[in-house]
Amino acid sequence: MVANEQSQSNRQNCDKDVDVIPEIGHFSLILALLTAVLLGSIPLIGAARGNAVWIGLAKPLVNVQFLLIAFAFICLAYAFATNDFSVAYVAKNSNSKLPLQFRIAAVWGGHEGSLLLWALILSMWTVAVGLFSKHIPDNMRARILGVMGLVSVGFLLFMLIASNPFERMIPAALDGSDLNPLLQDPGMIFHPPMLYMGYVGFSVAFAFSIAALLGGQLDAAWARWSRPWTTLAWVFLTIGIMLGSNWAYYELGWGGWWFWDAVENASFMPWLVGTALIHSLAVTEKRGSFKAWTVLLAICAFSLSLLGTFLVRSGVITSVHAFATDPRRGVFILAFLVVVIGGSLALYAWRAPKIGRGGQFDVVSRESFLLANNVLLAVAAMAVLLGTLYPLFVDALGYGKISVGPPYFDAVFAPLMAPALFLMGVGPIARWKESSLPELATRLRWALAISLILAIALPFALGNFTAWIGFGLFLAFWVFVTSFELIYKRLAKSTGSLMARIQANSRSWWGMVIAHLGIAVFTLGVTIVKGYESEIAVKMAPGEVAHLAGYDFTFDGVKAVQGPNFEASVGQIHVSKNGKLRTVLEPQKRIYTVSGMPMTEAGISPHFIHDLYASLGEPLGDGAWSVRIYHKPMVEWIWFGCLMMGFGGILAIADKRYRLRNRSKNDTPSNTSGAAV
Amino acid sequence: MALKARHKRFILIGIGLGLIGLAAMLILNAFQSNMVFFYTPTQAAQGDVPKNTSFRIGGLVEENSFKRGEDGLSVRFVITDTAKTVPVLYKGVLPDLFKEGKGVVAQGKLGEDGMFTASEVLAKHDENYMPPEAAEALKQAQTQSNTVVMPK
Repeated sequence: MVANEQSQSNRQNCDKDVDVIPEIGHFSLILALLTAVLLGSIPLIGAARGNAVWIGLAKPLVNVQFLLIAFAFICLAYAFATNDFSVAYVAKNSNSKLPLQFRIAAVWGGHEGSLLLWALILSMWTVAVGLFSKHIPDNMRARILGVMGLVSVGFLLFMLIASNPFERMIPAALDGSDLNPLLQDPGMIFHPPMLYMGYVGFSVAFAFSIAALLGGQLDAAWARWSRPWTTLAWVFLTIGIMLGSNWAYYELGWGGWWFWDAVENASFMPWLVGTALIHSLAVTEKRGSFKAWTVLLAICAFSLSLLGTFLVRSGVITSVHAFATDPRRGVFILAFLVVVIGGSLALYAWRAPKIGRGGQFDVVSRESFLLANNVLLAVAAMAVLLGTLYPLFVDALGYGKISVGPPYFDAVFAPLMAPALFLMGVGPIARWKESSLPELATRLRWALAISLILAIALPFALGNFTAWIGFGLFLAFWVFVTSFELIYKRLAKSTGSLMARIQANSRSWWGMVIAHLGIAVFTLGVTIVKGYESEIAVKMAPGEVAHLAGYDFTFDGVKAVQGPNFEASVGQIHVSKNGKLRTVLEPQKRIYTVSGMPMTEAGISPHFIHDLYASLGEPLGDGAWSVRIYHKPMVEWIWFGCLMMGFGGILAIADKRYRLRNRSKNDTPSNTSGAAV
Repeated sequence: MALKARHKRFILIGIGLGLIGLAAMLILNAFQSNMVFFYTPTQAAQGDVPKNTSFRIGGLVEENSFKRGEDGLSVRFVITDTAKTVPVLYKGVLPDLFKEGKGVVAQGKLGEDGMFTASEVLAKHDENYMPPEAAEALKQAQTQSNTVVMPK
């Protein structure tokens, strides 16, 4: 900190246009930490003692905290926008030639800034909970906001102790060392904030759970309050992961959409547990069962979000030893994880037995199907955790280096998800509490027959049948057919026009059906692309033609194009079928001038049925290049399926039963804390 | 009736535990058979590497060792940890940051003739950062040269 002040005075001597905005941002963060400390203590104590004034302090503190963090964030964004390379973080992650939109996105391009984004998003969720929780009892709300304040304390403290984004640099850099070219993409603008909205959103479910454990109140009403928040976080996470997958697909130039690398797994584990959580919450709301399990899942989902953030951002993945270069960071992160995870699990062990059990249910019932779904998702998450962390442990303990690649995850994931997909056809039609297996079998036999026939007929029509393709297709069609049967039965039951029939069913029910159909679309896409994709890698001189999947790819050569901060070789490949021009692909190879780093930009022609995809390898002399060409049937369905899941989630949140509660309570002036704002 | 309810719960728990056990077995089995180990060129030269199983090898691409085949896609290069070297054969497009004198990690099998046939050559993420495996290989070679080579 002393060095900071020194740098400032030094700079004032030598620089004319010095500004203190970074210091103001730093100061704002310190104030935010103090606010968070108050938020994490006063309302919690107030709720324990029944002190209405202390409870009432929660909301104003939440708002102040948000304004302070948002201000700090704007200060950092300003430093990026104005190219203030006296700030070490800006110098490391930006450059004066970097286009403005990427300079702003570079705010979260590194470790320190992404922590600030995390804290900002956390404060946004906290404000949102404060605003849309008028129907929740005051002491409960105070506990929820207090717990979120405690999480915020951890992040702000970490930033101020070991990861200050406002740290100055003496002497100031003349220019920045540029944002990693991999990150200079529109994907960088949307993917991280979306993903963080999801990660951090689980802090709300976490805070609800901790508040319930503290207060001892965990009933159907509690589940109904926390459900929309959890679903919303899940929607963000789903879309965030989808954007990341799509980004990797066109940016890495390998035609892959999921690599099972540690960074992806870090986002996928909270998704799996979060998916289990939204299903378990449904049981808690409708039947009052699974209470303790729901709370445990909420704790796990958030813990995995924290773990994911730190895994990706601390540099442990690239090298365990990167951790050791700044021991303060490592120690703080481990301590924080231990406090949050250990503390909440200890609280869980102590208080969970008091929550009580819910309703009884039969072995064959919707509850037990949902329980099976939960167990499968939880086990899948643990399998991913094992594959992600084990190599890190082995390395950290000095037992050598191992890697666990896609074969492991594929081998584990498919068998675990297959029964979960099968249950998606059964669960929604099973009755709560007690269902009859023969009755279910009778109702589902046609769906079973249709999906089996389709799963066998389609691969033969496409000319390649393997057991895996057949199995994947069967599961996809199974979910399709059972869902449509369910929709048909539901619509037939009500009367009136089609619109009236549709509206006779709740939005959350439609949300469920559409999200499940999204899974079916996703599964279909994955199966088809895995089963029928083809690729070639060839040396192509200008004018040469390559053949793949019935298409002729003619290489027209490469021309040089100057970008804002890179030099690109733009290839042109025109694609024709039976002599008719279909599309022109323009893959690029860029050299970013500041870092000298080469970058591949794939040329893709996306299509409903298939993608045609080309990327440039290396120049081989005389205008020839090595070129990779891919034919990716139905790959876009993968991301479209994810969008459907997200849309389903949004429909579920828009359900009347969440809104009406809100409104009817808003009308009654029962909220005492509202006066405090 | 009470007994029946308890029975049902036992069945449920039994099925659940059985399935979880099965899943655990499946996972650990898949885990064991899909671990890829890492070796240094020195270990490969000493014959400390598995035969007929895929493993990873890392180090630097030796200067002036890179040769491209007639088809433009088959390449040969030598991976070195500064103490020992391993010749590598690879067919395919190399990652963006592949360069002589820079770090590299290859995954594949070592043939009887001592030629490493790579199925995958791994990219590193930026110019400054050396793949951890490659860095490890260099470090090991260095410590060994300090302790073993000195007496010679």
